[in-house]
Amino acid sequence: MLEIRNLHVELAEEGKKILKGVDLTVEDGKVHAIMGPNGSGKSTLSYVLSGRDGYEVTKGSASMDGQDLLDMEPEERAAAGLFLAFQYPVEIPGVGNMTFLRTALNAQRKLRGEDEISSADFLKLIREKAKALKIDADMLKRPVNVGFSGGEKKRNEILQMALLEPKMCILDETDSGLDVDAMKLVAEGVNALRSEGRSFLVITHYQRLLDHIKPDVVHIMADGRIVKTGGPELALEVEHEGYADILAEEA
Amino acid sequence: MALPQKKQQKSDATAARLSALNLPEGGAWAREARGAAKARVEAMGLPHPRDEYWKYTRPETLVAPQAPKAATFAPYESAVFGDIDRVNLVFVDGVFDPARSDDPAIGGVEIEPLAGVAAKDIHWARDLYGVLEARGQAPVERPLAALNTAYATEGVVIRVTGKAAKPVNLSYLQEALDTDVMIHNLVKVEAGADLTLLENGPAAGRLSKVLEVEVADGGAFHHVRTQGRAHERRAATHIFARLGKESTFKSFTLTVNGALTRNEAVIEFTGDDAVAHVAGACLGDGKDFHHDDTVFITHDAVNCESRQVFKKVLRNGAVGVFQGKILVTPVAQKTDGYQISQSLLLDEDSQFLAKPELEIYADDVACSHGSTSGAIDEEGLFYLRSRGVPKAEATDLMVIAFVAEALEEIEDPVIAADVLSRLEGWLHRRRNG
Repeated sequence: MLEIRNLHVELAEEGKKILKGVDLTVEDGKVHAIMGPNGSGKSTLSYVLSGRDGYEVTKGSASMDGQDLLDMEPEERAAAGLFLAFQYPVEIPGVGNMTFLRTALNAQRKLRGEDEISSADFLKLIREKAKALKIDADMLKRPVNVGFSGGEKKRNEILQMALLEPKMCILDETDSGLDVDAMKLVAEGVNALRSEGRSFLVITHYQRLLDHIKPDVVHIMADGRIVKTGGPELALEVEHEGYADILAEEA
Repeated sequence: MALPQKKQQKSDATAARLSALNLPEGGAWAREARGAAKARVEAMGLPHPRDEYWKYTRPETLVAPQAPKAATFAPYESAVFGDIDRVNLVFVDGVFDPARSDDPAIGGVEIEPLAGVAAKDIHWARDLYGVLEARGQAPVERPLAALNTAYATEGVVIRVTGKAAKPVNLSYLQEALDTDVMIHNLVKVEAGADLTLLENGPAAGRLSKVLEVEVADGGAFHHVRTQGRAHERRAATHIFARLGKESTFKSFTLTVNGALTRNEAVIEFTGDDAVAHVAGACLGDGKDFHHDDTVFITHDAVNCESRQVFKKVLRNGAVGVFQGKILVTPVAQKTDGYQISQSLLLDEDSQFLAKPELEIYADDVACSHGSTSGAIDEEGLFYLRSRGVPKAEATDLMVIAFVAEALEEIEDPVIAADVLSRLEGWLHRRRNG
């Protein structure tokens, strides 16, 4: 369970306030969506939760299963079960995708005090997960995200998610830059991972992704706060009326 | 007056060095070549700190009659390229050791030790030995290479007549303290022939090494070397290459450790449609690390492609230097020249000095160059950490990502993997340290 209480965040260098009191609880097994206009603070929330440098928390808390997330290094948050699917996955030349995936999995196991996975078991595991996402052997061999199409990069994010089996998955604008077919494939991958013990926070500007990943709860974020919460119908309202009307109603 | 003072210092230093050396005995052609080289040294004088191309690298320890003290590497260095099917030729403290070497008889290649070749009165080596080095003295003087031509007695002379059956590896072991060594290698790749030359090991406390390579029309020469992990070693190395029509020349160097390394490459295109790539990756840790890559590529033929890719990872006060030049003569239309030199500075104490130069006299050419210095890519580091990879390990992966473009210049995947594992080992041993 992810619990965010009255979270205030500003950019460390400029002192610009981005989040101005976010309250959010994501229960186990639920899919929550956060929608909102550009600049509302959606991506900042994802970065602060996963521990990226450059943000200062001035007030409030964020915890996962009772553990204080804000006090942990990014790798510790990952080992505790937090996963961020990046809006712009980073290219890492010279490092094979397979090597990267195994390094990540073993690093998390080590941080949790577990044994490393054997090469044979890893190979079996990765082949099985990759197949479901239509990721071929070539994509596993190539350097991480280098020369990948937009769709391939996002599928590679979902592959990492499937492999690392996090408890809390944050998807940051996963639909950006994807055509309909690529989005369906990514959504199928996400849906296959839905389970009782795993929660999702899906950050998106458009409703279309939520046609494929059905949320339990939809939040609208504006100016650093969650201003409206509802069921899946709220996403449709955004689609039909746009953010301006909804925000005007709330004001 | 500064100028006469510099001139006097140069000639004094040169005289002091030459008086400590004796021209080796040899056959007629070698005596002639060595005598001519000595005359070149006397005319030029050895490098001075105020010479244009020695502003960033102090030449004193390379010029001094006596080499500085130098410990050998302990623990003993495991042999890189050891798992590659190759002909291994071993030099111990600069002296060829046939007993520890493989039988050099392989298909497509004739290999002779320089000592034997130099003793003969007539040998084809006379058309190459010191010849490419002498051509490479203009417009920039390289007196340490001429000194090597005059006084080196060790090395190999290789003629490649077909596709070499396997790579030739030169292993330079350093076993004694305070060694001072000159090695001069010759490679003649005949038309359509193909050789991969590997080199590894520190060779000596102070090493002077020259490699002269002629690649005839349609020939190919691949060169991969690692320079040894001994911390106190100093080296001045030169590659002189002359490339014929439709030939290929590719050279990659990995440098870790070493107090002072100056690697020069002087490449000349004389035939059309040829390709030359020169690349290097260096990893330096500490203020006692100084690494200098100095490259000069002359395009004097039509439609040739040259690439220079140099990456330096520097920390704890290490210094990296890059001086790279592309010269395009008026006849060299359709030249495609590319040059990139980059440093990854892991702290604020380390330093990268770069001097890229382009001199173009033809009008239909594409030449690009870039030089950057930067810190580790925070975005990539966060990406890796967000997947659970701890910071130190993630930093190492980002270092590998940084040097990847240079490593990609190694064509053979098995050799590339060996070089990468050497690099990973170096990073791993220094993690958190």
